[in-house]
Amino acid sequence: MLAKRIVPCLDIKDGKTVKGINFVNFRDAGDPVELGAQYSRDGADELVYLDITASHEGRKTFTELVKKVAANINIPFTVGGGINELKDVDRLLNAGADKVSINSAALRNPKLIEEIAKNFGSQVCVVAIDANFETGDWICYLNGGRIPTEKHLFQWATEAESRGAGEILFTSMTHDGVKDGYANEALAMLADRLHIPVIASGGAGKMEHFRDTFTCGKADAALAASVFHFGEIGIGTLKQYLHESGINVRL
Amino acid sequence: MSLNRQGFEKTTQQISNDKPASLSQITSILQLFIKHISICHGNLLVLQLNIKKETTMDVAIIKYNAGNIYSVSYALKRLGVEAMITADPELLCKADKVIFPGVGEAQTTMEYLKEHKLDVLIKELKQPVLGICLGMQLMCRHSEEGDSDCLGIFDTEVKRFIPQQHADKVPHMGWNTITNVKDGLFDKQLENKFVYFVHSYYVPVNEYTAATTEYILPFSASLHKDNFYATQFHPEKSGSIGEIILSNFLKL
Repeated sequence: MLAKRIVPCLDIKDGKTVKGINFVNFRDAGDPVELGAQYSRDGADELVYLDITASHEGRKTFTELVKKVAANINIPFTVGGGINELKDVDRLLNAGADKVSINSAALRNPKLIEEIAKNFGSQVCVVAIDANFETGDWICYLNGGRIPTEKHLFQWATEAESRGAGEILFTSMTHDGVKDGYANEALAMLADRLHIPVIASGGAGKMEHFRDTFTCGKADAALAASVFHFGEIGIGTLKQYLHESGINVRL
Repeated sequence: MSLNRQGFEKTTQQISNDKPASLSQITSILQLFIKHISICHGNLLVLQLNIKKETTMDVAIIKYNAGNIYSVSYALKRLGVEAMITADPELLCKADKVIFPGVGEAQTTMEYLKEHKLDVLIKELKQPVLGICLGMQLMCRHSEEGDSDCLGIFDTEVKRFIPQQHADKVPHMGWNTITNVKDGLFDKQLENKFVYFVHSYYVPVNEYTAATTEYILPFSASLHKDNFYATQFHPEKSGSIGEIILSNFLKL
């Protein structure tokens, strides 16, 4: 049976992991390759590396990092951040990434999804959606949640799927950082509308939250950053807990 | 290992009984600790050493218009093998092992192989050959993807997954288990282990099936016939289990 996936996300700035990590057994706590390798050993199913650098120099550093990750890590990984056109996708896939995640660029130019799917296959195209629940609806945001758009979550996710997205990574801005659980109601509605996998993001604080997003939220994968970075939840412990809760995970 | 652990605990006890600990006691506890760690990781070291001995073997990865060729070479490098990526017929024929990887679309890839006469060459290879993902599908007779005639090494059809219920998503993407594993690429310890899949087309279970996976229906996770081996999943992305499968192939 296909396993539910646990996906740690690493924010990268100038080639280093951004968030503070209080693990002690790293040679370099800021080394994204080392951290990714540790997550992989702990049982992570996939990794997401998100480039939050703005500069051109930073982009080059990130590409070099992607090459190092590909050389050292033996599980699939997705890269995102700063992908605006097909040649960015080509550069990152050639560096060894398995999938790319596009967000603002897809909202600005939805045809990019089709181009990626046509040139590299749907399986490499993850469409990331940041949405906030306001006045009774889920509104999609641009630029890391700074600029609201006219798109609504369900409408945009359905459009992304029909244009060739291979997966939807939905981050609830309403739940992100609150650590009170994922946006399971919206996630379940997405799962009912779509025919491609949905990755839940935003809101993980306790192990129960992961269980609930797989059951109530019908998510195929759950992404989290800080609970893993700060060692609040160990991936091995989490997967054991999910297994004991009757959820099919890779142990 | 248990003897070591007992020794380790005994030494620790002695130190805690006769305090303060002498320098020699501390040294002996450290020595035992180091010995304990090296024994725990012994299996891994043996695996790496075995492969390292074989680095003189030539492993060729067929170079063609498919994605993810480099992932395979990175995975081999992690096992201590420097593979060559080539489309040179002479080098491919002379290699000890040949890997036929692939992420892409069947029809365009078959056209490319024919143009470069790789279609005939692959079929005639005599050394162990490993097809991965699209590589495996192209080794079959025919694929529903683009209604393509393929290499025909395995006399079987490649079909598209048809969802039976809403929860059946295509592509089949993620970690799934392999069962009924056969010798060759696999051994008994790999039964029911998770490996990583990404595909929309599948090979039904047939006489060449060397491992089975269930998604929507049971299908071939692996095929084997004579010197030809193939996996639908990506061993190069399947963590430590994938590494065992790749090293089993290198040992053939």
